[in-house]
Amino acid sequence: MAALRTWQQLEPGGAVVRAEAERVRTGGWRTGLRPEADLTRCVDCLLCWLYCPDSAVVLDGTAFAGFDLDVCKGCELCAEMCPAGAIEMVADA
Amino acid sequence: MPELELLTGGEAVAHAMRQVDPDVVPVYPITPQTPIIQGFAKFVADGKAHGELVDVESEHSAMSAAIGSALAGARTMTATSSQGLALMAEVVYIAAAMRAPIVMALGNRALSGPINIHCDHSDSMLIRDSGVVQLFVENAQEAYDMTVLAPRLAERPDVLLPVLVCQDGFTITHSAEPVELLADAAVRRFVGDYEVPHALLDLAEPATQGPFAMPDYYFELRRAQVAALEAALPAFRDVSVELARLTGRPLTTVERYRLDGAHTVVVALGSTAGTVKEGVDLLREEGERVGLLRIVSFRPFPHRAVARALGSARSVVVLDRADSPGGAPPLYAEVASVLYGSGADLRGHVYGLGGRELHPEDLREIVSGEAPAYVGLRSDACPV
Repeated sequence: MAALRTWQQLEPGGAVVRAEAERVRTGGWRTGLRPEADLTRCVDCLLCWLYCPDSAVVLDGTAFAGFDLDVCKGCELCAEMCPAGAIEMVADA
Repeated sequence: MPELELLTGGEAVAHAMRQVDPDVVPVYPITPQTPIIQGFAKFVADGKAHGELVDVESEHSAMSAAIGSALAGARTMTATSSQGLALMAEVVYIAAAMRAPIVMALGNRALSGPINIHCDHSDSMLIRDSGVVQLFVENAQEAYDMTVLAPRLAERPDVLLPVLVCQDGFTITHSAEPVELLADAAVRRFVGDYEVPHALLDLAEPATQGPFAMPDYYFELRRAQVAALEAALPAFRDVSVELARLTGRPLTTVERYRLDGAHTVVVALGSTAGTVKEGVDLLREEGERVGLLRIVSFRPFPHRAVARALGSARSVVVLDRADSPGGAPPLYAEVASVLYGSGADLRGHVYGLGGRELHPEDLREIVSGEAPAYVGLRSDACPV
């Protein structure tokens, strides 16, 4: 974890800029389950991307390209929403 | 010769807003601020101002919308009074904490209850510690000048705070005076383009505004806010020097009126300074060595400038147009902290609550020490 900053080092209003946000690895809070995709069943409808509350679904253009486990919290919404049954929750390694 | 127009303080501020031409104005009407926004709405309707006037459903919403638009990257102004400011108060603190450079015209009016529409400073004092800049003007001309100056002060990168231009309700908002307006183009050039760091609509560099701050960061963020408010004093000087080149009317954080050789100095805010100046002139003619120190910037409070101005006074009399039941009135408390240890005799009076008039002749008893603590109050035998 980065050292806590002094008051002089903060952005006005405590704004969190991109470089800073990218250092935040909330995936450490995961429930113990992580999503796993079966790309042979995925239809690229992107409902998982739309519903993911943590922007953990990675796209390649408009195609599904996997999960960013650094920010996924294992909430299972993607697996619930997937109409093709392409996402399964599995135990975190 | 510059052209003078006969304008009320409210109309003068509406003209300043038209010339600044903010991008967004979320606002809710309330007496005595209404002429400001009514005037500005007419300019928008007539195509003379080009921003988005947002008719919100309350002052709480007005300030909430103002924060969103100011941080999105739009120059934002609003206006309110009294109960409107009270309803807005929660969000005013957040606007300061989020460092949203919103300019707000405040028509100072007594807080309820009992309900009243006339001037005192209780509304300003309600948000005294919110972290916003509060500038008290004396007349319509100064209300205009200060409203032109305010965006530049608010938007300074080292300040980035809401700036309130406080004008006494009715006494200034509704009283017509000759006012000199700058050319539209001169105001546009003076205020320039609006810029904030990390604008929400800057999609290339997205940022999170107003994040949750736990015990590990809340204290640091509050301290940074104090520094920003303190930075507003030197920033005010810089910006006012620049504006004075256009207007020829320098704005200062305090005004010294006939302080040379003054044994007694009266300290006051707002339009009352005009009354006190009349009283000072009367008493000077009678040989009394008296002067006035008008506080323009109440927040941030210019402690050093006040200390310098009061340096040789034998006695100081503070006039507060707001009370602090069970404690010291706000301006008195501030001046007392400046004078602590100086040995000067300090007295304070509360006057003018709910629009009660103060007259130049009242100054005689105020200066002589015979006036009761509450000046102009009907009271049974026992004074104070």
